[in-house]
Amino acid sequence: MSLLRQQGSTATAPPRAVPAKGLRTPVAGRRPGGLSARTRHKGMGLLLVSPFLLLFLAFLVAPLCYAFWLSLRTSTLVGGDHFSWFANYKQTFTDPQFLSGVRRVVVFGVVQIPLMLGLALLGALIIDEVTSRLAKVFRMTLFMPYAVPAVIGALMWGFLYSPTFGPVNSISHSLGLGKVDLLSHDLMLTSLGNIVTWQWTGYNMIVLYAALQGLPREVYEAAKLDGAGQLQTALRIKIPMISSAMVLTLMFTLIGTLQFFTEPRVLEHSASSVITPDYTPNLYAYNLAFQYSEFNYSAAISFSLGAVVFIGSYIFLFVARKRSGLK
Amino acid sequence: MTTAAATALPVSRRALAARGRVTVNVVMVAMILYFLLPFWWLVVAATKGNDALFSTAALWFHSPGSFFTNLRQLFTYNDGEYLRWMGNTAVYAGVSGVGATAVATLAGYAFAKYRFPGRNLLFSSLLGAIMVPATALAIPTYLLLSKVALTNTMWAVILPQLLNPFGVYLVRVYVQESLPDELLEAARMDGAGELRVLWSVALPTLKPALVTVLLFSMVGTWNNFFLPLVMLNNDKLFPLTVGLQSWYEGALIQSGANALFTLVIAGSLVAILPLIVTFLLLQRYWRGGLTVGSLK
Repeated sequence: MSLLRQQGSTATAPPRAVPAKGLRTPVAGRRPGGLSARTRHKGMGLLLVSPFLLLFLAFLVAPLCYAFWLSLRTSTLVGGDHFSWFANYKQTFTDPQFLSGVRRVVVFGVVQIPLMLGLALLGALIIDEVTSRLAKVFRMTLFMPYAVPAVIGALMWGFLYSPTFGPVNSISHSLGLGKVDLLSHDLMLTSLGNIVTWQWTGYNMIVLYAALQGLPREVYEAAKLDGAGQLQTALRIKIPMISSAMVLTLMFTLIGTLQFFTEPRVLEHSASSVITPDYTPNLYAYNLAFQYSEFNYSAAISFSLGAVVFIGSYIFLFVARKRSGLK
Repeated sequence: MTTAAATALPVSRRALAARGRVTVNVVMVAMILYFLLPFWWLVVAATKGNDALFSTAALWFHSPGSFFTNLRQLFTYNDGEYLRWMGNTAVYAGVSGVGATAVATLAGYAFAKYRFPGRNLLFSSLLGAIMVPATALAIPTYLLLSKVALTNTMWAVILPQLLNPFGVYLVRVYVQESLPDELLEAARMDGAGELRVLWSVALPTLKPALVTVLLFSMVGTWNNFFLPLVMLNNDKLFPLTVGLQSWYEGALIQSGANALFTLVIAGSLVAILPLIVTFLLLQRYWRGGLTVGSLK
């Protein structure tokens, strides 16, 4: 029975979305003066789920449908508002501004995601193994940026990057490295990557650490008896065993990266020639709607972006599940 | 390395382990310094007036007394708009946090314990909803809400955040793992109605899960930037994130001619302190939430 499942074993066998598990209600017949168990179930279930259902319809289904409907129309001063089928989508996927934003986000992700998750994994392995006071401080410090709103994280780094009063320049100057402009065209993606890494490494580290803590300790004993050192245990046992948590962190990171918005938006004003209005797809959709009032086209881009993320993460989960033997 | 070799070379092995420990400590200290750097800078910069900000060493204190001047300025600037933003943030985070938790609790409990028509369909769409990017939804939601004249109101920020699919999922998992059917049946046998069972039997057991969902949705709202940015025009309704960003923008446009930079810095410090304290105090809960997340 699923209710008796131990915490530890769920780490390797995640709760599946099996319909109606734990629902084997005893056919209690009728309670005195009450309804049958079955009707009671239907009524209560629907009642309790209805607030969620309403919100789900109002703030997920309806906006998506409305955006889709808008995206199929074109509104011009001359031609008025008319149905234009998939013209906006055709434009989206041939729009060099949109495509360059997508390319930029992909390049960004290819470099930043492995770096950040590698760092998070390293941190998780360390705090799983070391129990010193330093390790505790380490855990708390790395997690702290997660409590900082992304806007404030970006503001702080924006100040630190500033060529006029940030410390980076004075440090590089005293090291004899000359002027380094972290907000220049060449270094902007690196600078943004640094902010995101700073913000999210600790969060991912804690997720991976939680997974490591869920592993049965006996396996380590066995490995030790076989002569495996700590490094070997980490590489050959711990990392493979938390692959499901790694897949999860990777997926949430991918979803986040594709929506990249806050950091470039905050730095936009310190480097307006570098961060153009189409810098990331999401920034582009925002600017189209609120700077240029191109709501139909913006809806098409939002919708495409949402669809790409959604389909992408389903495919990713599907492949990752097969590969890592997850259920 | 085989066991025989390991016992034959105990000294070198111990030396190796010692060197490993040193390496690990060095790595930890280096990472701590990197992750603390912006916090350190923020605290230091909050002690500087506008001139000192540009002229003194960026990573060391200047005149600690300026800290209080900055604070006073922060809370009085523009009729105390910072305080208003703080209040707005608290309202947004409080109302959507509590509301989202209540909705998620009812739904999660229903998914775990009742069988009703449309349940499976709704539950699979819920799992899909977790993956729909929130920022891709914000603009469509704005367009829809502007149709019903709800944009530029507090509701525009609160209502969309009541929907928390991941919270529902988390409660459902927790109910399944910690609330046996037998317990609910026993209460029913004793004559308790369904709502009574939920209120007096289920809820007390679910408390840790509820605190976790509450914490996550409150922090999510507190930190949110894109949704209020899209929804609100009126700066009286801004939360801290949008307000601070608008100050920063203003400061850059005037290239630091006024004291806005110091306000942004002091404002950032005051904004993140309560969050960090809350996080440190409630460690247990966010770890619980993340664990369930990682088990998915």
